[in-house]
Amino acid sequence: MLGKLSWDAIPFDQPIPMLTSVVVAVVILGVLFWVWRRGYTPYLWSEWITSVDHKRIGVMYCVLALVMLIRGFADAIMMRAQQALAFHSEGYLPPEHYNQIFSAHGTIMIFFVAMPFVIGLMNFVVPLQLGVRDVAFPTLNSVSFWLTATGVLLVNISLVVGEFSRTGWLAYPPLSELKYSPGVGVDYYLWSLEIAGVGTLTGGINLATTILKMRAPGMSYLRMPVFCWTSLAANLMIVAVFPVLTATLGMLLLDRYLGFHFFTNEAGGNVMMYVNLIWIWGHPEVYILILPAFGVFSEVVSTFSHKPLFGYRSMVAATMAICILSLLVWLHHFFTMGAGGDVNAVFGIASMIISVPTGVKLFNWLFTMYGGRVRFEVPMLWSIGFMITFTIGGMTGVLFAIPPADFLIHNSLFLIAHFHNVIIGGVLFGVFAGYTYWFPKAFGFTLDERLGKAAFWCWFFGFYLAFMPLYAVGLLGMTRRMQHYDVAAWRPWLLLAMVGAVLIMCGIGFQVAQLVVSIRTRDQRIDVMGDPWDGRSLEWATPSPPPAFNFAVLPNVEGEEAYWGIKQRAIETQQMVAEPDYHAIEMPRNSPTGFVTAFFATVTGFSLIWHIWWLVVLGLVGAFATFVVFAWRDVHEYEISAAEVAKVDRARRQARLAVLPTLKAPT
Amino acid sequence: MQQPGGHAKRVVPSQFLVLICLLLGGICLILGGCADGVLDPKGPVGAAERLLFLDAFWIMMMIVVPVILATLGVAWWFRASNTKARYLPDWAYSGRVEFVVWAIPVLMIMFLGGITWISSHDLDPARPLPGETKPLEVQVVSLDWKWLFIYPEQGVASVNQLIVPANVPVHFSLTSASVMNAFFIPQLGTMIYTMNGMETQLNLKADEPGVFHGLSTNISGDGFSGMAFEVRAVPVSEFDGWIASVRRSSGPVLDSQGYGRLAQQSENVQPFTYSTVQPQLFNAVVTQVLPPGPGPDVEKLNATVSPRTRR
Repeated sequence: MLGKLSWDAIPFDQPIPMLTSVVVAVVILGVLFWVWRRGYTPYLWSEWITSVDHKRIGVMYCVLALVMLIRGFADAIMMRAQQALAFHSEGYLPPEHYNQIFSAHGTIMIFFVAMPFVIGLMNFVVPLQLGVRDVAFPTLNSVSFWLTATGVLLVNISLVVGEFSRTGWLAYPPLSELKYSPGVGVDYYLWSLEIAGVGTLTGGINLATTILKMRAPGMSYLRMPVFCWTSLAANLMIVAVFPVLTATLGMLLLDRYLGFHFFTNEAGGNVMMYVNLIWIWGHPEVYILILPAFGVFSEVVSTFSHKPLFGYRSMVAATMAICILSLLVWLHHFFTMGAGGDVNAVFGIASMIISVPTGVKLFNWLFTMYGGRVRFEVPMLWSIGFMITFTIGGMTGVLFAIPPADFLIHNSLFLIAHFHNVIIGGVLFGVFAGYTYWFPKAFGFTLDERLGKAAFWCWFFGFYLAFMPLYAVGLLGMTRRMQHYDVAAWRPWLLLAMVGAVLIMCGIGFQVAQLVVSIRTRDQRIDVMGDPWDGRSLEWATPSPPPAFNFAVLPNVEGEEAYWGIKQRAIETQQMVAEPDYHAIEMPRNSPTGFVTAFFATVTGFSLIWHIWWLVVLGLVGAFATFVVFAWRDVHEYEISAAEVAKVDRARRQARLAVLPTLKAPT
Repeated sequence: MQQPGGHAKRVVPSQFLVLICLLLGGICLILGGCADGVLDPKGPVGAAERLLFLDAFWIMMMIVVPVILATLGVAWWFRASNTKARYLPDWAYSGRVEFVVWAIPVLMIMFLGGITWISSHDLDPARPLPGETKPLEVQVVSLDWKWLFIYPEQGVASVNQLIVPANVPVHFSLTSASVMNAFFIPQLGTMIYTMNGMETQLNLKADEPGVFHGLSTNISGDGFSGMAFEVRAVPVSEFDGWIASVRRSSGPVLDSQGYGRLAQQSENVQPFTYSTVQPQLFNAVVTQVLPPGPGPDVEKLNATVSPRTRR
């Protein structure tokens, strides 16, 4: 009846997961109770859960990412503590638990923190920057988000029901095959990524279509803000490589469930095929994460330097060059598998070539600041912190591109330090910059600056303190994923790294405090005009938060930096463009399709993991039925009346007219 | 809108400068304090790789350090509150600057790319080391979770302990009994993966007698962290003496049955030796005549839910 599921699946003998799950359950129940008690349930259902508004979905992606950041960080600090303790001892985590933690940490941080954060920012910002009302397929957008949430839910259920994968975040076979990992951990890993991966793919199709087909009048490709360009590149890459991930993990699932032999030791299975395929997805994946972050920095550096981005066309060319090159370098993840001199050298040189467009981007940000008026506000601090940190991370990356140097440091903690150097110093600093930068746009009030700065400095120094020692201990020959070790020389560095992790924890604490304090004092920090940073692209032409339809009338774009041009003309003439004729606007209706589909996907995933076959059938039928119901809908749009549109837009114009006399043209 | 400048002009760069000092200090500490690691090699392969690593590092530092300083300098000088700085609100393109910013990384990569092409061939792990001395053959099998070293010419084997003659090249043939592992002796250089049904090649040499640390560098399951092994490079005479003593010892025999027992999962295995090894045993592992290791015991409680090695 319940397949493999029984009371044995609950780790009653392990206090850490039991206690954690109790605390998490209490928190979740508390929040639900609070929502119910305050009567927020209908609001939550109709304004958020069933919303197909790209802005709401973008915000929900970011919230999901922030919550999972805390989960992923809890894993991180447990690992640091284990390695700080486990010199000549077993530490406090046995290997079967420790291995789950590092696997969960990697999986969560990449798939459920970095990805949703980046996708959330793109979702929120791209239609606004393009000057349009929504993404191409609004309901599909909601489905994408909720399928990602399904993946998150499955990974977190594994904490208390069964186990998570113990095979690292990429689950190399044959270790991840049924013979060597007979538990449900790898199945949790595979099904959550399969389901979330479908969500990511549909999200990628959605945003790529939006950028290619739905721009405001006059918004030619070469007038798009660089963030839209980097989003385009990232989403094209998602469309190109996520099917590879789904197929690769699908083959492993066939091995595990139906006795296939794609990657087994026996019967002609070939593990090298898995390693190649997973990195054909995996290398572009890191650029899927970093390119949108590059886009954020381009926006932020230009805005806070009070200057247009230097070398816009260079930036676009560099972005697209990275987009293509990143598909051609996957083999550098396994130079140490004995491919031979020719193959290694070709892939090594190809990998180095990526550092050319990346280097160009760094120089262009530098020259954007040159001749500017740089304001050191929080988004800019993250950006400068990024430029310094990423330069170092990029340099150590090139060291890995030289195969014989890689022979010394592959899989070592030097590697761990390198990719945290680029993923924290690049992606995470980028999304934090974007979070601070666009927060007022999303919610209508700014985030507290002092706490924001405190968070930045803790993260910044915490990063260096946590990961520079890992570079050192990697050079001392320490490899990744060690549950215990006997080499005395490694220990001081690991203790130092532990201190760094604590400092990062303070940074996260300040971020939580910043959010709480900002919400409580929001009345004093309202963004009345909708342009708190003196921005340059179209999202700042809307009120904060923007109405459901974004723009009362689609803007007519007449050059690069569309909004900056409009703003300067208004300042010059001291009047705004004439009031347009307002028309009724049709917007897509809310739909519970995404949420209901994800519910059935969760049921299906969970029952597949536990071999509860009847429930699998039920889940699949439910998901299919949801689609049928959605496809048979009669009404799919609702109308916002011309009077309502006029009311919203006149309020926007009034707010702007009020401050117009105080604005000055740059001199 | 927040006012530009303010206290930021005083606070910001000094904190970034603190970081630069820490970083430079850190680099000196790391490079100076790395005894026993990959920066303290004891053989020609490791030495060549260390040189390559450091050359590439210092060449790139020649760009990295100025870029970081320039970033800080430009951000500092062009701070909004600095009235002396010239404001160029529309300066967003310069052909000359663009040419230089593309040229610098291109030149650097052409140079490093050349180094990469040459060194990838010179230091290919399968390439025999130069010299007249005939290499010692060692066959390596990674098992769950220990290392088996077979000396085919001497007909003996050891577990989790690798004894090699100093100043004699060693040719390793490597495979795995079950899951992937990677074989690495940091002070001798070049790690290489071991995979079941496949054979990889590696050539190393220890220049002088010494004791080195070896380990597996690819996660292979619960016992992975215990896969450390001791490497002893000893004078040739001492090596011959060790071989003779192993042969004379009453250690077990490594035949198909013995291998089957060894392939069972075990953790933190103490070193021991086999006095005799069945000929062609390594080939039987590579060709899967001897079947891959059995993995965890599925008879145990919870085996298909959350199996644990120790219960």
